[in-house]
Amino acid sequence: MKRRVSLFVSCLVDQIRPEVGLASAQVLERAGCEVEFDPRQTCCGQPAFNAGHRAEAACVARSFLDVFHGKETIVAPSGSCAAMVTHMAQLFPEDSVEAERARSVAQRTFELSAFLVRELDVLDLGARFEGSVTWHDACHGLRELGLHDEPRALIQHVAGAELVEMPAAESCCGFGGTFSVKHPEISVAMLDTKLDSLRGREVDALVSGDVSCLMQIGGRLQRQGSPLRTLHLAELLVAR
Amino acid sequence: MSGSLLPSERFEENARAALADPVLHGALARATELFGERRSGALAQVPEWEALRERARVIKAETLAQLDVHLERLEANLVRAGAVVHWARDGQEACRIVEGIARESGARRLVKSKSMTTEEIGLNHALEQAEGQDREPVETDLGEWIIQLAGETPSHIIVPAIHKTKAQIAELFVEKLAVEHTDDAAELTRTARRILREHFAQADLGISGVNFAVAETGTLLVLENEGNARMTTTLPRVHVAMMGIEKVIPRLSDLALFLRLLPRSGTGQHLTSYQSLLTGVKRSPEDEGPEALHVVLLDNGRSAMLKTEVTRQSLACIRCGACLNACPVYREVGGHAYGSVYPGPIGAVITPQLSGLAKAGKLPFASSLCGACRDVCPVKIDLPQLLLHLRSEVVEGGRMPHARDRVERGLEGFIERVTFRLWRHAVSGPRRYRAASYFARFVPHALLTRFGPLGTWSAGREAPRLARRSFRELWKARP
Ligand code: SF4
Repeated sequence: MKRRVSLFVSCLVDQIRPEVGLASAQVLERAGCEVEFDPRQTCCGQPAFNAGHRAEAACVARSFLDVFHGKETIVAPSGSCAAMVTHMAQLFPEDSVEAERARSVAQRTFELSAFLVRELDVLDLGARFEGSVTWHDACHGLRELGLHDEPRALIQHVAGAELVEMPAAESCCGFGGTFSVKHPEISVAMLDTKLDSLRGREVDALVSGDVSCLMQIGGRLQRQGSPLRTLHLAELLVAR
Repeated sequence: MSGSLLPSERFEENARAALADPVLHGALARATELFGERRSGALAQVPEWEALRERARVIKAETLAQLDVHLERLEANLVRAGAVVHWARDGQEACRIVEGIARESGARRLVKSKSMTTEEIGLNHALEQAEGQDREPVETDLGEWIIQLAGETPSHIIVPAIHKTKAQIAELFVEKLAVEHTDDAAELTRTARRILREHFAQADLGISGVNFAVAETGTLLVLENEGNARMTTTLPRVHVAMMGIEKVIPRLSDLALFLRLLPRSGTGQHLTSYQSLLTGVKRSPEDEGPEALHVVLLDNGRSAMLKTEVTRQSLACIRCGACLNACPVYREVGGHAYGSVYPGPIGAVITPQLSGLAKAGKLPFASSLCGACRDVCPVKIDLPQLLLHLRSEVVEGGRMPHARDRVERGLEGFIERVTFRLWRHAVSGPRRYRAASYFARFVPHALLTRFGPLGTWSAGREAPRLARRSFRELWKARP
């Protein structure tokens, strides 16, 4: 029986990198899932939550829960949005309907690579990519969801792709939501320190599981005129 | 970059100055990386590390939940061992207590070993300014001494002179001590030792901090690597130990656990070179130790942190410094940028609670919330959770700390609040979301990147563009 999956694409993917959403759907379908997209979805509320605007975050989280509490399995191509779902319950009173819903939805929400590897036990999606790639561990995926080996295993199963580890793979890229505009100089300095660790390594593409990090890293690389491409994991996994 | 304490209100300016200083940047990068590597090396030999952390977290949580009980027990056992116990509500009171002890004991020469708590309350300055005589203590920890010579403040809680290079220290010695120039670290250390020994020989009052205070025995544990704290606490006839009230642990047997966690997390050592377990005063003339021991128990805003379970975690900190070394923001800007005695993630958490959100409300925002600090903390403090909590307190209190003055602060707070409110309206319903997404595509990109957040973003990075068609449109059009 096909597993029914409801895609939560995240607001950034919806508005800025829709290709990532399409690629995610395709990856899930290749892994044997039936994918649905509920167009009532918007955002998980994370921008406000991280900036300290809890009332606003709660309001957005409530509408997220309205959409998703009825879904069996929810998959997001973002570690930080998936991690946000695990924080949602604290925005509501302990014994409220919303808190209850948030706890239950959190159990059924997965980041894409975690879902493929841990839930479906799928590693090979038949992708092919000629070139060397490096993986950037997005903070929330790495530290809140414990994703480390999963994306790497998926990359290693892409035919033709060579995984070159970046020494500072686990360091923050400096995005951090509003941090990136409240402290732009520090944000960029953090990223430069990270990218410096790639020096002397031949890499064609930098891959990550979060569009927010890719926006930060890609924006800097583009400004510097670097030939290094940025790709979302889903895009790599559908490459042929 | 100057080494003096700059106010937390000026975090951005301080940080910018630090980023523009390549010497500082190099020193920071080398040192934090080295400590990080040493820590990982030391941890690799302790397979049960996670279990140790969890036990430490539980012990701290249980102790803090009944802090008054443990403190009373500690006081009773300190007194039984011959110590005098002083309670200080705030820094001023603590300084006055130490001044009084110095005056009454007729102490002329003071030495001090490393203690962040005394930095927190500005004890040196207070003793120097005290009525009557100038009694500024001589710092005897090498790093602290260097900082004192330079007239600066520490920039790291365990490596106070982390921001200084060897060359800068060599220059400082020539200038302040009139010694010949040398770049040889061993020679510099010898000079320091020679001068500090003279101070020790003459000191009649020693001030130290406390790493752990054992309630069941009244024993104080002081950890260090140079032997100066041992001398500070045993050579002078009077010893003053200054400790925050959170330093108490219930049992002597708990020490074994914390001794495994702290040095490994801080410097990557299996154990510090010296561990002094001090119980009371000397009983007979042949004994070692001081004739009088005064223990100052400092609150200074700590009991307010006990109120909620979230903030209470802040008091579990054992000041190992691991979160500083792991923090990518600290690694870029260094300790002085925070404008507070405690920098880095733990500084951003406790400074606003100690000195108020009005003064230090910027610090909780000086983090990308990457969580590297939480991963390394030996007592498992959820630092990102605390930062988020403090951010919401700042927002709910209507204080937007990212502005220079009251008017601008009010305006910036207003704009941010309005922005988030508009955003909330736009994204909390599918229809409004679609409308916002539709209209946003009419705003020229060039305009967006001139002003507001995207303008700031664009200084160092290309700004993201809205896709021509959103995912939901593309999905609808899918065959
Ligand atoms: S918060 Fe944790 S890691 Fe940071 S200094 Fe305290 S004990 Fe060490």
